[in-house]
Amino acid sequence: MTVASPTDFEPQGLQPQGWLKYFSFSLDHKVIGLQYLVTGFIFYFIGGALAGVIRTELTSPISDFVSRETYNEVLTLHGTVMIFLWIVPVVNGAFGNYLIPFYVGARDMAFPRLNAVAFWLIPPAGILLIASYFVAGGAAQSGWTAYPPLSLSTPAIGQVIWILSVLLLGGSSIFGGINFIATILKLRRPGLKLMQLPMYCWAMLGTSILVVLSTPVLAGTLILLSFDIIAHTGFFNPALGGNVVVYQHLFWFYSHPAVYIMVLPAFGLVSEILPIHARKPLFGYTTMVYSILAIVVLGLVVWAHHMFTSGTPPWMRLFFTIATSFIAVPTGIKFFNWLATLWGGKLALNSAMLFSCGFIINFVFGGITGVALAQVPFDIHVHDTYFVVAHFHYIVYGGTVFVIFASVYHWYPKFTGRMLNEDLGRLHFLLTFIGFNLCFTPQHWLGLNGMPRRVAEYDPSFTTLNQVSSVGALLMAISTLPFLINVIWSAFAGELAGDNPWKALTPEWLTTSPPPVENWVGEAPLVTHPYDYGIPEGKIDLRVASGADLWFGGKR
Amino acid sequence: MTSLAPGSANPAGAARSAIAAEPTSQAHGAPAHGADDHGGHVDARLFGLATFLVADGMTFAGFFAAYLTFRAVNPLPAGSSYELELILPTINTALLVISSFTFHRAGSNLRSGNQAACRSWLLGTVALGVAFLAGQMVEYFNLPFGLTDNLFASTFYALTGFHGLHVTLGVICILIVWWQARQGGRITQQDHFGLEAAELYWHFVDGIWVVLYGILYLL
Repeated sequence: MTVASPTDFEPQGLQPQGWLKYFSFSLDHKVIGLQYLVTGFIFYFIGGALAGVIRTELTSPISDFVSRETYNEVLTLHGTVMIFLWIVPVVNGAFGNYLIPFYVGARDMAFPRLNAVAFWLIPPAGILLIASYFVAGGAAQSGWTAYPPLSLSTPAIGQVIWILSVLLLGGSSIFGGINFIATILKLRRPGLKLMQLPMYCWAMLGTSILVVLSTPVLAGTLILLSFDIIAHTGFFNPALGGNVVVYQHLFWFYSHPAVYIMVLPAFGLVSEILPIHARKPLFGYTTMVYSILAIVVLGLVVWAHHMFTSGTPPWMRLFFTIATSFIAVPTGIKFFNWLATLWGGKLALNSAMLFSCGFIINFVFGGITGVALAQVPFDIHVHDTYFVVAHFHYIVYGGTVFVIFASVYHWYPKFTGRMLNEDLGRLHFLLTFIGFNLCFTPQHWLGLNGMPRRVAEYDPSFTTLNQVSSVGALLMAISTLPFLINVIWSAFAGELAGDNPWKALTPEWLTTSPPPVENWVGEAPLVTHPYDYGIPEGKIDLRVASGADLWFGGKR
Repeated sequence: MTSLAPGSANPAGAARSAIAAEPTSQAHGAPAHGADDHGGHVDARLFGLATFLVADGMTFAGFFAAYLTFRAVNPLPAGSSYELELILPTINTALLVISSFTFHRAGSNLRSGNQAACRSWLLGTVALGVAFLAGQMVEYFNLPFGLTDNLFASTFYALTGFHGLHVTLGVICILIVWWQARQGGRITQQDHFGLEAAELYWHFVDGIWVVLYGILYLL
């Protein structure tokens, strides 16, 4: 493919136009962002269907809906799909690609071609993973953690395909991370300072640093694991003199930061959404930035809190308990800053705001159980029980997925030029919020009372709460219907949005909806601080316009 | 804030005006400036490569951490040991370290306009890299253990093999650079990103080997 040079820049039909461009190797960051978003949602529905199988099986204490082996496969696929094919690509790839070039005042990412490669690694990896269900022996059965020796004794072909798929997705993630770091640090328009960047840039910078530092370690570990499976080496095989705890250390060196890779971008997105719909500046910008950086640093040194029952020595337990508890400080700062942003604001309780508030409520709950889990005496009691499952889903579903929905309601007008239906949006929120809490709150009790995770059968005394949880899961499944109807119907018949329906100040709103190929007609608009909402009339010009006339070039 | 005045930021006016002439330019598929044409923004390619090498270095760091932990806590079966023959690997280390200097000479020759000397030094670097790989092969064939014999054997082959893969890739890259630096090729005295990228990568591979040599052979 050739890239048109400035002199012969004409629409040359090098790439498909119209809707076809979304199926092409497009280099436009906005097209790539939407490719990530839609692909992510397809895998979300696949992963959701797998969760449906799990919850259906767990309505009764015996293994009746699917066999135990199938349950293990479904469980493994659910975790892997949701983490590597839904959350990570969507909060990083989709919104990152769409928004970051706008926020730094660039016309595209630093490496557009690498960007397209990073996206196009995802569909084959996803298809590979799902297809492994149909190979001899079935899909991987050892959970998303693939702990040896379990992953060495379950059917090998599925496990190797799982490794291959995760390696491809890890590669995609690393390429994306390199691109974000280069774009944010190197492509800022002249004069735009780091401390003037919208918060999502900081979140993506922190996330990308974690991606670049930790994902390669997982890749190396999985390569060693594949040697153990294919070549019968003994790195992680105790029978051959290997060491399983080393696998756990290396795995969690990636997979604990992975939690922040999933939730830090959500912090950033919600920090964009709240000020706009509360018509107030983001409270404590500087503390927000330093909190993100503190979470990045601390996030790299807490991994062994997943291993308190793996024979970790006392000094290690002490260190990792303290480090983990410390993360509550920057996270708490962010939480209270969001509350302070809302305090006294002119709140618009639209769908984006409702989902953002849902995020705050769910996330603080998941955060508190997280601090509890960091304490060794408590963790040893609930390790590998449903308490951990509940905590984790409060963070990634109650936290990140709520923010993804909030972001879709917030940025859909920019993506398509049309508004989403607010009534359907509020119904979606209500069903999701009730369904989610109904599904996962009971699991805290189940875990505290000793119900182990990842097992298809359980003690009959746990039946009622499991059935309550499954009803919640059913509600969550139903809640996607108004959402799906909304996004499809509104794309064709939704109310026209105009360029800046939320009267926002961040640069993506200062262009047409949807934006032109290189983001702005003419020069990029001027920027000062991104959160100057609620400035008295006359001091700020909020005329809806695309171009420099909106952005006042002066000082505050 | 005059520094933010429109027009001061982007020299690539031609691409801009082409777009400005067509306000709703959804029709354009490819952005006007891709990886080859930087359209007025800074060239971030070396920075991107350096970031990638940080990631690559973390893969090695993971392997090193695993190896050191194995060595600290996992006893080997009776009759095998962590001791290795030192002469050949030491010569190999010297070859690789020298090759970093020869590559550097190639780069400085190119920058001072002596393209023919640059190409000679590149070939010299390739020769040293190939000699290193050959030495590695000789060592592999003379070792008393195979891949699956014990934990140390597996770790040894994984570490040196992964590094050897990097050296092989580096040699291929240098050959490409050597070809591109010919008279009328795309690498010139003024425009030599390919050479700088290959050089950065080669120094990285070299540095990794020094660490690897230290913990695998000397420790």
